[in-house]
Amino acid sequence: MILELDDVRVTLGGSQILQGVSFTVAPTGVTALLGRNGVGKTTTVKAILGLVSRTGRIAFAGTPVQRLRTHEIVRQGIGYAPEDRCVFAKLTVAENLTLAERRGADHAYDLVYELFPELKARGAQAVGTLSGGQQQMVAIARTLLNDNRLLVVDEPTKGLAPKVVTEVAEVLERAAERVPMLLVEQNLALVRRLAGDAVVLAAGQVVHRGPVRDLLGDAALTRELLGVGKAA
Amino acid sequence: MKRHVKNLIPIAVLAVLLSLPYSTLSIPGVFDGAVNTPGSLQLLALCLLFAGLAVGYDLLFGRLGLMSFGHALYVAIGAYSAELAMKDMHLPLATAAVLAIVIGAAVSTLLGAVSLKGVGKLGTVGFAMVTLAFAQAGSILVGRDPKTTGGEEGLPLSTEKVPAAFVGVVNTVNLYWLALAYLVVVCGVVWWLTGRRIGRVWQAIRDNERRAEVLGLNPFRYQLGAFVLAGTLGAAGGVVHLLVTAGATPETTTTDFTLALLVMVVLGGSGTRWGPVLGGVLYTLLDHRLGAVATSDSVASLPAVLRIPLSQPLVLLGVLFVLVVYAVPGGLAALPNRLRRGGGAGPRRRQRSEQHRLGVVEGEPNRPHPDRVASEL
Amino acid sequence: MSTLVLLTLTGLGLGALYFLIASGLSFIFGLMDVLNFAHGALVTAGAYAAWRLTGHLPFALAVAVAIVTGAGLAALIETVLIRPLYSRPKDQILVTVGLGLALPALVQGIWGADARQLQPPRQLAGTVSLLGAKVPTDRFLLIAAALVVLAALKLFLSRTRYGLVVRAGVEDRAMVTALGIDVRKAFTLVFAIGGALAGLAGALGGVYFGSVSPGQGTSLLVFGFVVVVIGGMGRTDGVALAAAAVGLIQQFTNYYAASGLGDFAAVAILAVVLLTRGNRDGIQRLIRRAA
Repeated sequence: MILELDDVRVTLGGSQILQGVSFTVAPTGVTALLGRNGVGKTTTVKAILGLVSRTGRIAFAGTPVQRLRTHEIVRQGIGYAPEDRCVFAKLTVAENLTLAERRGADHAYDLVYELFPELKARGAQAVGTLSGGQQQMVAIARTLLNDNRLLVVDEPTKGLAPKVVTEVAEVLERAAERVPMLLVEQNLALVRRLAGDAVVLAAGQVVHRGPVRDLLGDAALTRELLGVGKAA
Repeated sequence: MKRHVKNLIPIAVLAVLLSLPYSTLSIPGVFDGAVNTPGSLQLLALCLLFAGLAVGYDLLFGRLGLMSFGHALYVAIGAYSAELAMKDMHLPLATAAVLAIVIGAAVSTLLGAVSLKGVGKLGTVGFAMVTLAFAQAGSILVGRDPKTTGGEEGLPLSTEKVPAAFVGVVNTVNLYWLALAYLVVVCGVVWWLTGRRIGRVWQAIRDNERRAEVLGLNPFRYQLGAFVLAGTLGAAGGVVHLLVTAGATPETTTTDFTLALLVMVVLGGSGTRWGPVLGGVLYTLLDHRLGAVATSDSVASLPAVLRIPLSQPLVLLGVLFVLVVYAVPGGLAALPNRLRRGGGAGPRRRQRSEQHRLGVVEGEPNRPHPDRVASEL
Repeated sequence: MSTLVLLTLTGLGLGALYFLIASGLSFIFGLMDVLNFAHGALVTAGAYAAWRLTGHLPFALAVAVAIVTGAGLAALIETVLIRPLYSRPKDQILVTVGLGLALPALVQGIWGADARQLQPPRQLAGTVSLLGAKVPTDRFLLIAAALVVLAALKLFLSRTRYGLVVRAGVEDRAMVTALGIDVRKAFTLVFAIGGALAGLAGALGGVYFGSVSPGQGTSLLVFGFVVVVIGGMGRTDGVALAAAAVGLIQQFTNYYAASGLGDFAAVAILAVVLLTRGNRDGIQRLIRRAA
């Protein structure tokens, strides 16, 4: 298991968002983290990275990381593409990428520019002037620049036009070929295309675990766990 | 604490304060001589005065979250205006005092409006800097015109215009009553208002200005109102200061004076009823004692390592201040609660999050300060 | 004409001094949202370090030590006192206030309250003739220093990795750590740079005034605040322009109006700027109506 969570609890602003989340992420393929809006998927992701206070055990490739600081956790080899992208608008594309470099970045640029030729062309452009889709590409490119052993991607297609969603999906597919991924997504078509396993959250805990195909094939279960029409 | 017990505390404190001039209690180390001697009464009057000034200042700092670094200006306006009115305009004390307070109100309205207009964009920090700058301007004005303002030396009290009751060592006790009256008035006004609707509005604005706006409140009006009130009370305090210290000194115009108020408020516990009172009294006593110790022979004979910090009261006070900010963030007023809870260790030990460590507010996007432009950094 | 030249250059010299102080403040605030009230104390530390060493060491070295003193002291303050308080920004300001009170008092305790004369090296002591005016040489040093600092800051931000981290951190601190970078090291570095600038300002301020005193740093700090508010917090270019403007207006007012009024004028400009900024809409409406 590349990532293990054991009884992770998070309290924010007085309410208990995560009440004992436990699951594992397989060392290959894409694991989808699903659930209704507001159930705590992003909070789980932030908990893994140490961006919110949490209790519980978190192990990355066997190493306990719950006591490490965020940058130390990331340096263990996690590439993080957050919800809302969080790219640095006033920096150029090239600068955004440079910032993300750690070990093994040199050869990684070949892959990145192969996947994202546009980013090479727009290297000197301020990221704030890019379209949403292009910014998402920057965010994903950042995760591919190092010898990361796990990619954590949070709602990469949020707010993007359908055509762009397809492009992002292709990129994620290529990325997932080489590195395991934990993917938070509301777009079930994308989940079906990319993910092998599903972890479903509800009421602050994991309520379902199993192959994506089985979950999405069961309409009643899907409706019950994920809500009608996904983007609630 | 039960409600009626709580209401008894102010009465009990007042009773004690009323009785002090009649008591021959002696507290060595704190007072030179018994409590009812002129020297001690003078010191006590100063303590009560600064307690009142601190309560007025805390209206801004603790209740509204407005970090003003120029409050000294209004105290100085009170002292200098009253003295100049008596000296140059030959007005009796009562009229001069009223005039001084009116000027204080007017200036605080003007400067408050200018400073606050920018608060939205500049934030707490900008407001602090601006109030500091205006106070500095006042300090410059006072220093510029030594003929009128007495320059570095200040102006001695024009005793001819002052009722005989306030003049002379024998009448020091009357200064004590005056200072006590001032404290009572300030506490009365501030405590009364904070208990009413306006006090809750102030608190709402302090906690979250944007939310208050969304609720249809105009923060500016309430902030300005508090600013003017604080400035007016400060000016009144300036008049009392003039009488108690028998003169107007440029010390009241300095940044250090405002910062002393800030220290008093934080030391005692800002935003509480008694915090500023405690802080004002304690700071004044400490400052006085440390000042006496600093110039004493016993300190002069100490080795340099000890002598140097002890010879400068501000060193110890500054260090004490830093310690209080760290160890006892709520000030002295918060101590009883902390001790009751057993040392103030928070509930359930939780791993500190990175966002917490970086000061990023959970739930809010980490937007840059509105006035910052990263590319132009 | 020669008066004009003299006033302009001395005004720019004063502005340069303000810039050195304000740039440190603005730099620290830009990344860390910390209003450093102890900045004045750092200026004083630099001033006294330079004063102690002038005459014993070559002047350039004395200034270098002042810079290092400011940087070292700032880094120490940041690591020990500021770092634990990032989640409590108001308390951060208060701690710097406490330091700002205690440190100059400590200096006073050691070296006394009186101003101590600073003897600049001979090359700086004279005047330079320019367009008929006799301008004190040290003004040119100040202006040169300010320009070098301005260029260095911009280079640091645009060309170095730490500069990149600072620029990114200003936008989104949390994301920078999520990229595996220890932002807190950048914080300490920024604080140290601010301290270095303060130390330099202290040393050159000592040359400008011909003396050092415990309260000098704090009184200069107020002008630093004025310049930062006018120039915009976190904007190095704006601060540079504001510093020049304030310095010039101060000198001209002192000469043409009345001595001492110049300081007052600086604060008056602040008031005007605040009023116009706060009433931008009102003024735009006024202009439209007048046009």
